[in-house]
Amino acid sequence: MAGAEFETPELTEYIEVPKLVEGTMEHVTCFKAKPEHNQDLGFPGEKVENWKEVAIDKMGDLLSRYRSFQVFMDACVKCGSCTDKCHYFLSTKDPKNMPVGRQDLLRKVYRRYFTFAGKYFPKLVGAADLTDEVVDEWYSYFHQCSQCRRCSVFCPYGIDTAEISMAAREILDSIGVGQKYCNEIIGKVHKIGNNLGLPGPAIADTLEGLEEDVYEEDEVAVKYPLDVKGVDILLVTPSADFFAEPHVDGLIGYGKVFHEAGVSWTLSSKASEAGNFGMFIGSYENMRRVSLRIREAALELGVKRIVFGECGHAWRIAYSFLNTLVGPWDFLDPNYPVPQHICEFTLNEIEKGTLEFDKSENDDMSITFHDSCNVARASRMGDKPGGQFEIPRKVIKAVVNNYHDMEWDTIHERTFCCGGGGGLLTDDLMEVRVKGAKPRMTAFKNVMEEKGVTHLAAICAICKSQFTKVFPYYGMDMFQIVSVHQLVSNAIVLNRKTPPEEAPGYGEDDDDE
Amino acid sequence: MSSAYALLFIVATLVLVLGLARKIAQYAKTPAPLKIPTTPAPVTQSGVVMRLFREVVFFESLFKSTKWTWIFSWMFHMGLFLVLLRHLRYFIDPVWLPIELIQPFGKYAAFAMVAGLAGLLVRRIFVDRVRYISAPSDYLWLLLLLFIGMSGATMTFVIHTDVVAVKNFFTGFWTLSGGQLPMDPVLLIHLTLVAVLMILLPFSKLLHIPGVFFSPTRNQVDNPREKRHLVEWARKLEES
Repeated sequence: MAGAEFETPELTEYIEVPKLVEGTMEHVTCFKAKPEHNQDLGFPGEKVENWKEVAIDKMGDLLSRYRSFQVFMDACVKCGSCTDKCHYFLSTKDPKNMPVGRQDLLRKVYRRYFTFAGKYFPKLVGAADLTDEVVDEWYSYFHQCSQCRRCSVFCPYGIDTAEISMAAREILDSIGVGQKYCNEIIGKVHKIGNNLGLPGPAIADTLEGLEEDVYEEDEVAVKYPLDVKGVDILLVTPSADFFAEPHVDGLIGYGKVFHEAGVSWTLSSKASEAGNFGMFIGSYENMRRVSLRIREAALELGVKRIVFGECGHAWRIAYSFLNTLVGPWDFLDPNYPVPQHICEFTLNEIEKGTLEFDKSENDDMSITFHDSCNVARASRMGDKPGGQFEIPRKVIKAVVNNYHDMEWDTIHERTFCCGGGGGLLTDDLMEVRVKGAKPRMTAFKNVMEEKGVTHLAAICAICKSQFTKVFPYYGMDMFQIVSVHQLVSNAIVLNRKTPPEEAPGYGEDDDDE
Repeated sequence: MSSAYALLFIVATLVLVLGLARKIAQYAKTPAPLKIPTTPAPVTQSGVVMRLFREVVFFESLFKSTKWTWIFSWMFHMGLFLVLLRHLRYFIDPVWLPIELIQPFGKYAAFAMVAGLAGLLVRRIFVDRVRYISAPSDYLWLLLLLFIGMSGATMTFVIHTDVVAVKNFFTGFWTLSGGQLPMDPVLLIHLTLVAVLMILLPFSKLLHIPGVFFSPTRNQVDNPREKRHLVEWARKLEES
């Protein structure tokens, strides 16, 4: 049952590999999508009558369209290398949460219907018929994978469970068994433009509020423009940045950086979402449709560059897929990569010397950095491999005095997922989220105790929301998670003073009831 | 009996070659629509060649993961590789110099191969996580390879067979001039198991051999911003 009671795991000194306990998480099942949510995305509303046939056809279709899926189904030798790498397995002990255990839920059906050995000797090779029970098992366990790719780092063939869970979810959608959280959100993006369903006027209102807040504090009129045509930069950022803590402090930071860099920029009400849950459900078509808004916004606004705000999976899609999905970007300024990450932009300005910082503004904190999975293992920043690790750390170190990394085997490409990625950031999966956070919590607790770290900085909206929610389960404070550009915002010295007539509310009645 | 073995090896060779060719063609023609290298990834084609080289020769990812599995599987694979090279001497005449040179290493590599396989088998039986993911075929593969290795080593070190006759059989085999195969039980077991392996390989998890070269997370260049990657079916979506 969704939302059932569960025990928060106790943190141990090290991240230990548990003995298997079968079935500990088989009760988990997240809310299914309502018919209209499935239909908005082009899927059947409810489980179709001939679901078995449709599912197997879909599997065949995906095998012929995705080399990753075909090779990954064949190549696994069951060496066990991945078995102790998944954060969900490490904290739940459920063998179906081992990457290969999860893959095998799909692979056993692949073998049964698509391989000689599985057709004629199913028992010998562990092949199994597709039944209602198997579909239920898929629905449960493929929604206990955050698509973080940690397993793929350690697989001798690079088998990536994320690809397999995307395929599984696409098969489930094709038979009308969609997940409420993802499908409802993608529908909102198609209809309204962002995951949270914030209409343009609400965003405009929020941004105006931010301008007032910044002016009140710093007496500098930093602008947070929306839908301004002809500017240099279109900023695309996760919609959580418009209101949630600590996300919004990051957005304030981006604005200050742009202000000090002296560039013109705008947000877009059409492309008011960097996130793209189309990836989580493995749907190329939906992912492309969501991405098209960004292309349209860039064309309509006539910008020269696109910069993405702090969001992990969004950066994967932006960096790795955007050019494929909705390129080419030949109408933008060829002197800049398309798109750029806000950390790339900020570091570039730091290196140019346009930004001045007072690091002591952050002296009340000691920081560690959480490498978000999709940034760490599925994208890059800068022009060298590994720039995705160096660049955010360089930005942080430029604005804080106290910085310490967590244990080496829990950062960089070995980073542990926050526990909430991949379409699991929903209350009906709270048990999975809290348990899955355990390895990250262990490493964070250790660096707190050993180095006196107080705050965890991240560049991912999902990580930030997830930590805000799960920190209290582990006896930590929800405000211990901060945005990287929140740290930038705290330390940046606003030297570009603005004329008084640019101040928010200038010329209006003082009493603006 | 010799002609039965000749027939068996003709069939086994055909199945192996055609079966593998069919899978390789399938992998090659299946598109990879998105750039999904596991990062940090090489940003150049030559970097990718190096990454695959390290993966195939040194088992880099496995090394990062678990040292015991790495030691056993590397011993097994490298042992097998040397043993296979050494076996070329039974198929070519005159024997190439490099194959002559590795002869002593190739002989003792059989021990590394068998020891590695034994280690992998023990691990499969005793580590609960690996036991859980093992199907009967996973054990049978290890046993098959173990018996091949042990029967081969037996002939090298204990009960010698008439290798000159074996060589005549296999060199004549290609020209269908055929020689007689010595009717030693150990040799016949060895050859039978090898033929079984060759026939089953294209239908099994041994497809990891071609698979590793086609794995998009390992063989893609990390350059999506610089170069647009678009496959045919995705291009068609744009037109509709």
